[in-house]
Order: sequence, then structure tokens, then C-alpha cells
Amino acid sequence: MQTDIRMTPGRRSYVEEPADPQQTRNRILQATAFAFVVAYPFLDLLFGWQALLAFIPMMLMITLALGLNIVVGYAGLLDLGYAAFYAIGAYAAAFFTSPNSPLASVLPGSPFAWMQDFWVSMVMAVLVAGCAGAILGAPTLRLRGDYLALVTLGFGEIVPRLVKNLEPWTKGVKGMSPIGRPYLFGCQFGVDPCEILGMKLKLGMIPYYYLTLIVGAISIFAIIRLRNSRLGRAWAAIRDDETAAQGMGINPVTTKLWAFSLGASFSGATGAIFGAYLQTISPDQFEYSTSVIVLCMVILGGTGNIWGVMLGGLLIQSFDRIFAERLTGWVHKAGALTGDPTITAAFNSFDLLKSRLLVFGLCLVLIMNLRPQGILPNRKRRETALTDLPEDDVAPDEAVMIAGATVPTEKPR
Amino acid sequence: MTTSNASGDVVLDVTGLTKRFGGLVAVDSVDFQVRRRQIVSLIGPNGAGKTTFFNMVAGQYEPSAGRVVFDGKSLHGLRPHQITARGIGRTFQNIRLFTNETLLENVLVGMHSRLKSGPLASLLRLPSQRREEGEAREKGMALLHLVKLDQYANEAAGNLPYGMQRRLEMARALASEPQLLLLDEPTAGMNPQETVNMISLIRRVRDEFGVAVLLIEHDMQVVMGLSERVTVLNYGQKIAEGTPLDVQRNDNVIEAYLGRRHKRPGDEEADGGTH
Amino acid sequence: MLTFEYFLQQLVTGLANGMLITLVAIGYTLVYGIVEMINFAHGDVFMLGAFSSVTTLQALGAQAVKRVANKDQPPIPETYLWLVVALITSMVFCATLNVLIERLAYRRLRRGSRMAPLISAIGVSFILQNVGIYWKGVSPINFPRYIPQIDLVKAFGIDSFVRVTTKDVFVFVVTVPLVIALTLFIQRTKLGKAMRATAQDRDAAQLMGIDINRTIALTFLLGGALAGAAGLVSGLYNNTAGFQMGFSYGLNSFTAAVLGGIGNLNGAMLGGVFIGILGAMSDGYLDARWTPVVIFGTLNLVLIIRPSGILGQDLAERA
Ligand SMILES: Nc1ncnc2c1ncn2[C@@H]1O[C@H](COP(=O)(O)OP(=O)(O)OP(=O)(O)O)[C@@H](O)[C@H]1O
Ligand SMILES: [Mg+2]
Repeated sequence: MQTDIRMTPGRRSYVEEPADPQQTRNRILQATAFAFVVAYPFLDLLFGWQALLAFIPMMLMITLALGLNIVVGYAGLLDLGYAAFYAIGAYAAAFFTSPNSPLASVLPGSPFAWMQDFWVSMVMAVLVAGCAGAILGAPTLRLRGDYLALVTLGFGEIVPRLVKNLEPWTKGVKGMSPIGRPYLFGCQFGVDPCEILGMKLKLGMIPYYYLTLIVGAISIFAIIRLRNSRLGRAWAAIRDDETAAQGMGINPVTTKLWAFSLGASFSGATGAIFGAYLQTISPDQFEYSTSVIVLCMVILGGTGNIWGVMLGGLLIQSFDRIFAERLTGWVHKAGALTGDPTITAAFNSFDLLKSRLLVFGLCLVLIMNLRPQGILPNRKRRETALTDLPEDDVAPDEAVMIAGATVPTEKPR
Repeated sequence: MTTSNASGDVVLDVTGLTKRFGGLVAVDSVDFQVRRRQIVSLIGPNGAGKTTFFNMVAGQYEPSAGRVVFDGKSLHGLRPHQITARGIGRTFQNIRLFTNETLLENVLVGMHSRLKSGPLASLLRLPSQRREEGEAREKGMALLHLVKLDQYANEAAGNLPYGMQRRLEMARALASEPQLLLLDEPTAGMNPQETVNMISLIRRVRDEFGVAVLLIEHDMQVVMGLSERVTVLNYGQKIAEGTPLDVQRNDNVIEAYLGRRHKRPGDEEADGGTH
Repeated sequence: MLTFEYFLQQLVTGLANGMLITLVAIGYTLVYGIVEMINFAHGDVFMLGAFSSVTTLQALGAQAVKRVANKDQPPIPETYLWLVVALITSMVFCATLNVLIERLAYRRLRRGSRMAPLISAIGVSFILQNVGIYWKGVSPINFPRYIPQIDLVKAFGIDSFVRVTTKDVFVFVVTVPLVIALTLFIQRTKLGKAMRATAQDRDAAQLMGIDINRTIALTFLLGGALAGAAGLVSGLYNNTAGFQMGFSYGLNSFTAAVLGGIGNLNGAMLGGVFIGILGAMSDGYLDARWTPVVIFGTLNLVLIIRPSGILGQDLAERA
């Protein structure tokens, strides 16, 4: 058996792509964005923007979209019930830490009392959501795409309804509250004043901001590593051509299962933090529309491209949490300026907040029909085919085959 | 054609392989053997069942009857990815590359079953994973060099012209370190120069990697130039087998081809139109 | 409570609901059979059908509504005429809407990835729901009580807890002929034949000279028309309509279509009746709040265990 390769090429730097100006520009852009995000809470205080409270859920939702991107963008599986895993994460964390939870009467004093710690519960949430992903995925991932979409939709409907109906455990529609808070150096997040090293500080929600930022950064880091690993390549292969991928030795079921399970575990972490941040969770936060909004974020920016997903998330979330409201306010003011009562009334009836789902629906239809790759398409594939071909590959008089289609070369006479 | 002599030398041993699609018998109890380091061709008119035969060996289709023994072990009930892991690599008649991925990534996907790092190792970038990844890239580049595509390593595969895509598919199949390489019409759609290059590439791959090659071809120049043995299928049945010369003179074969294509295989002006 | 009679009562309700589900399920099954896509917006077309019926009926006969509402008075004859007018309006409205949706939101995506039309359909579904909200508001509206609720069992002099009312009968009077007409259309007419050919192999059908765009438009037209009819009948049967009814009815109907074997008309009917009865039994014996869980649970089980449905071919394998 001779399977090693004799031919070794000379040393080349093929691993790194050649530095081009586009990439340098991207680097600068990323560094600026990063610096802005890190300094944001202070800028917010300084300039009085008062948008910190919008930024925290915004970043959480973007992290959620990054997780869904693994499933939809990398592995090519349409998941319409992603919010269910988010719910499972949030409720798992709440179960361990909330005084309202059925566990609250069992855990204290037991050898498992340490589970009531927020950080432990967050890890649990990640594990529970990841397992839920695997449990749903195992029997369903053999199904073809649109049936899988339907199963996930069904699952996404069942979970919030179970939460509503199983009142003795979940407190039903009322939801669970309060929920254990994260802490650091004996200082509880969101509780003022806070004493660190003898100093009394008023931090407000800033600790949550940085927690979210760190979790988001870790997610990005982890996702990039996964994407460029053996598993990440297998996802792409399965998405592009499942039959060919199998022929290359990839097990489609385990590969998809990893996507499902890892995607779900991201939502587990996000759910735990979201619950702690809001201090209350209820089933209506996890309905179909939540799943669709997150999907919208993934698709708008560019499926499969994490920078695209982040951009899409930023656009949709800033619309949802900042601009829809302000825009509505401006329209109302403009109506009032006219002084005409009928026009004022007409302008006042305009309410973007009520029609946010309409905007998202339009967004989905328009992207799919006009720019299905999203705002930032998933790299690589260029508009034109290669031009500088070596001589022995194409005889000038022959027809040139490009991507399977014959394009006769025109010859002026 | 006897199995008794040096059966350890046989890498693929197929007996009575049959595939039915409803009423149609696409492959009809075919017996077939390939020895180590041998180049063997499977020919036959369109719709003879050649690709179906490949798909059964590679595990894409479940045989209706018969068995496939590879490297002394039955492949019965194995999924395609398991068969690849056992050592059968393949290309597809209608090229099936991962068009959005780069050339290097395509080859790395081909290595999937030879790499070990799991998600956790990749997340933590363990030294073992980094070493494996580095080696895989080296090897991937070497394979691209072999098929003369290393200068395009970071292009998307979909951007390649047709002939190059065929070569990339071959590099990708080799990446799985096969003992048996299944090539489904490797020169289809190629110009004469590319075809000649492909012939020498196939021979070189056999010599350097020590793989056995089973190829489906319509181009008689390729078949006659490369193969040590030729098997002819018609309507799913094996109608002839032997050296290229034997097969050319076989009356059944001439009839099968004349009936369908009005052309005698191996004639000077046969299929490819090259000289 | 007499258990067997209670059971019968749930069965009657389930059957009537099942027929409504069937009408909507046929829309899913036709479209899926031909373009292989789940038209997520179909349920919302049905919802808008119900809304349009309310508008028509209110415009036509506010007076008649009062008389019927006044219980025992027999309805004036024009009522029936108006019902027919409302039925036709709703069918035309939904058929047009469905064809427009196909033209604007799906047609360009036919050749691309399978995910694209699905996502577009989800988008359309959200848009239609919002149209519904603008039209009739967020809270459920009352549907005019056009159909008197006369218990036929009592009318025949049988003393029983089971009630089979004129409303139940009305559902059957409208839905059964429609389903039969559609089946005949698909089996007997040339256009129907074109539809079947397209469903089997679109490219081959095109080679045979069938206009694919027109055939697909026709499919959406038929599906929309049935959804429009279902919108009117469900409104008159349940006396309520709301913008969210499309989502739940839609899921029930799609479950029915899958259960019966998607692409199969008889299957849609069988599945529709089964889901209708299952829902009624769950309402009656468990609790209405568990019904969605029961139905979605059934959907997931069916898809996992037998994705081809009861009467269908195996779609999981058809790549
Ligand atoms: N999945 C399938 N379902 C039904 N029939 C099939 C299927 N695959 C192949 N066939 C039929 O089996 C027969 C053999 O097909 P196959 O593709 O193996 O031929 P081939 O020898 O590879 O021909 P070609 O030279 O054109 O590639 C043909 O009649 C084909 O229509
Ligand atoms: Mg073939």
C-alpha cells in the first residue's frame, strides 16, 4: 500500500491569502468597530445617547443569529423553531436559579446547592440546549430540507405551549421571576450600589453589557475556528452537495447533528443571559415570530458569512429597538407640524412598531427575490471565471467550457 | 479469470451484482474483478448500466442482488461514507465539486475520513489538531500540484473551466487515500490536448500511488491506451471481457456498438476524434 | 354526561372541521405536488378569505343579519343569494391573491435553492397577517350569524344530547361539492391533465408543449379559490375570525396534507378529516389548550416515522 505522496512542492505561503487592499480595509473596519463597541458604555454616558439598554438585547440577538447561522448558513438546514432552543436555555437557567422554580425547594441544603449559582446554571443551559438540539435532530435530520423546516416549526410551536400548559413547573403564562443574577467579586449585576475593593460604584446595566460582549466575542471566535476546521468543511460540503459529500467520506447525519447541537447550545447561553438581564421570562418571548426575526437577521446580512450576519443583525435590531420607535415619533411630530387635524390624525395612525413584522416579512421576500445572497455574500465566488489559463489547458480555437456550459469563443475574421 | 490464483491480489471482487429500477434491470448479475495496481475499463453504450454499477460499488445505491467484496471484506450494508473510509475513492460523471469552496478546501474535504480532529480539538486549537491541519494542507497542496492546479488553490472551484474541474475532482478523490479509484468518464467534454494529459495523469497516479483504477469511458483512445483489461456492458449484462485487443475483435461488442452508434470501437476515427 | 353521545358530538364537530381543513389542505397539496414547496402563506390567504367574506356580507345584508340573529325567525330568501355572492367573491379574491403571490414572490425562485421560495413564503405570510391586522384589527371579530343553528336531531323528534345543526350540514353542502368538482377537474379536463403531467416531471411536460407558468398559476388559482371558500364557511361555522387563524389553520391543514401523503388529493381529504376529529377529541377529552401540542406532536411523529404519509409515495427518498 503506497498512499503517501511523493511530490512535495517547494515552500510557498499558501495558507495565508495574499494581502490585498480590500482585506486591509476590512481589518481597519473591524478594529474600529471593536474599539467602538468596547468603549460604548462610556461614550453613551458622555454623550447621553441612552441606548445602552437597547444595545444589550441587540447584542444578545446577534449572538443568537450567529448560532442560527451555523445551522442555516453553514450546514444549509432551515430551522424555523430556533427560538425553542433559546427558550430551553432560558428556562434551564431559571430552573436552577429562580426562587419560583420547583427546584428551589429541593436544591438549597442539598449536595447540589452549588447548581443555584448563575455561572453554573449558564453552563447547564448550554448543555441542556445542546442536548435538546441533538435529541430533536437525531430522528429528523434524515428528512429532506422542507420537511425538516416543518418539523422544526412544529417543535418551535410545541415548546412555548408546553411551557404555558405545564403551569406547576413553569408558572405558565405568568413566567418565572426573579432569576439568579450573574456576579463578579461579590457584586451582583444590575444591583446598585456595588462594592468592589471598598469602593461603592453605580454601574447600572454596564456589567451586563460587557458580559454580553464577551460572550458574543467568544462566539465569534469559536465559530470562525469551527468554520475553518474539518467539521466546518464538512458542513459546507453537505450544504453544497450531500451526495458528493457522502462520497468524500462525510457522514451526513452526524455532521448535521453537530450543526444542530452546536447551534442550539449558542442559544442556550444567550437564553440564560437574557433571562438574567430581564429578570423575568415568559413563553411569549419565544414564539414563532422570534425564530423568524432571527432568521431574517441571518438572511439579510448574508447567509454563511458571520460579518454579514452581524451586519444583518445590527440593521434589524437597531430598526426594531431604536429606529422604529424614533421614526414613528418623527412622523407624528411632522403630522402635528402641519396643524391640520385630519393630517395630524392620519400621521398619528402611522405606527412602525405595530408593523414591525410586516417590515420583516417584506424584507424576507425582497432579499430572496432581489439579492438571495444577502448584503454581504459568502465570499470567494467571483463574477467571472479565471482568465489567465496556462497554454496546455485551452486550445485557442476550441470552445471554452465554463462551469459546464459551452461558450464558443468568438473569432473575428 | 480464475479467482483461485493469488486471491490476495484481488482488491475488488464483485459477484452477481444486480440492480432493478422497477421493471428495468439496469445491471444484470455482473461478475467483476479488479487487481491491485491494475487499470481496468468498463465500457458500453449509453444507458448500459455503467454508472449504476459504480453507484452500487460506492454504496450510493443498494444492490438488488449480488455482493461486493473489497480488500477481502464485504461492503454489504455500508453507507457511502463508510465505503470511502474503507478505501474507495470516486469521481462523478456530471462533475460534483463543492463549487463555493476553494480548490484547497475541496481537496481537504476529500481527506475527511483520514483526519481525526473533532470539534472540541478545533475549538481549542490543540497542538495535535494544528499539526494535523498543517499536514493536511501540505498534502492538499501537493495533490493540487500533481494535477497542476496549485496556483489556483484559493480560487472557488466553481470558477474553474471544465477540464480543470475534472482534474480537481480527481485530486479530491485521491485525497481520501483510496486503494481503488473509480473514475466516471474522466475525459468527457475535454479537448484532445486535455485528454492526452488526462491519460498520462491517470497512469502516473497508478504508478505513484499504487492504486487500482476502474474507469468508465466512451473515448476508445483512452480505453485502449490505458487499460490492461476491458469489460463491456450492454443492457446491464456483461457481454465481453478481456484485453483491449480481444474486446475490439469480439463480435458481440461490435454488434452492440454498431446497433447503437454505427461506429466500430477502436477504429482510427472512433469517438474522441483524436489521432 | 352520556359518554357515547359526548363522543358522537365531538365526532360531528370534528367531521365538520375536518372538511374545512381539507379545503385548505388541498391548496397545500396541489402546490406541493407541482412546485415542491410548502406555501407557508396559504393559511393566511385563507384568513384573508374569511375577512373578505365578512366585508361582503356586511355590505350586502346588514338587515338580514339582524333577522337571522333574531333566532327562530326563518331567514329571508335573499340571504341565500347573498351567501352565494359572498362565496364567489371570496373565492375570486383569494384565487387572484394567490396567483399574484406566486407571480411576485415565488416564480423567480423556482430554479434556485429549495430554501429560497420557502423563506419568501414565510415573508409573504407575515405580510398577509399584517394586511389582516390593518383590515380588521388585532382582536378577533364576530362573523355575522347568517346560518341559523337549528338542531336537526331534535327536529326529527329524536331526544338526544347529540346536536347536528344546520350549520354542520351547511359545511358539508359547500365543501363536498367543491372537492368533487376539483377532483373531476383534475382528472377529466385537459388543464387538469397538464397539471398532473407537470407534477410528475416538469421538464418533460415542458417539452410536450405544456405552458409551465400557466399551469403553475392555475394550481395557485385553484388552491386559492378553495381557501377562499374555506374562509367563508369557517367564518360562518365558528362565527369568529382573526388574523392569527391563518397560522393555526395552516399548520393543521399542512399536517393533514402530509398525513395523507402530500401531492395526493384523496390523502388530503383523509388527512383533513383525521386531523379535524383528532382536534375535536383533544378539545373534548383533554383540553383545548393541549390541542395544538397534540396536533404538532402528530405532525412531527408522522414526518419522522412515515414521511410519505398514509397514501403517498416516499418523498424522503426522492432526492
Ligand atoms: N435512479 C434511477 N432510477 C431509475 N432508473 C435509473 C436510475 N439510474 C439509472 N437508471 C436507468 O438505468 C439505466 C442505466 O443507467 P446508467 O446511468 O447506469 O447508464 P450508463 O451506462 O452510465 O450510461 P451513460 O453512458 O449515458 O452514462 C438507464 O436506463 C437509466 O435510465
Ligand atoms: Mg454513466
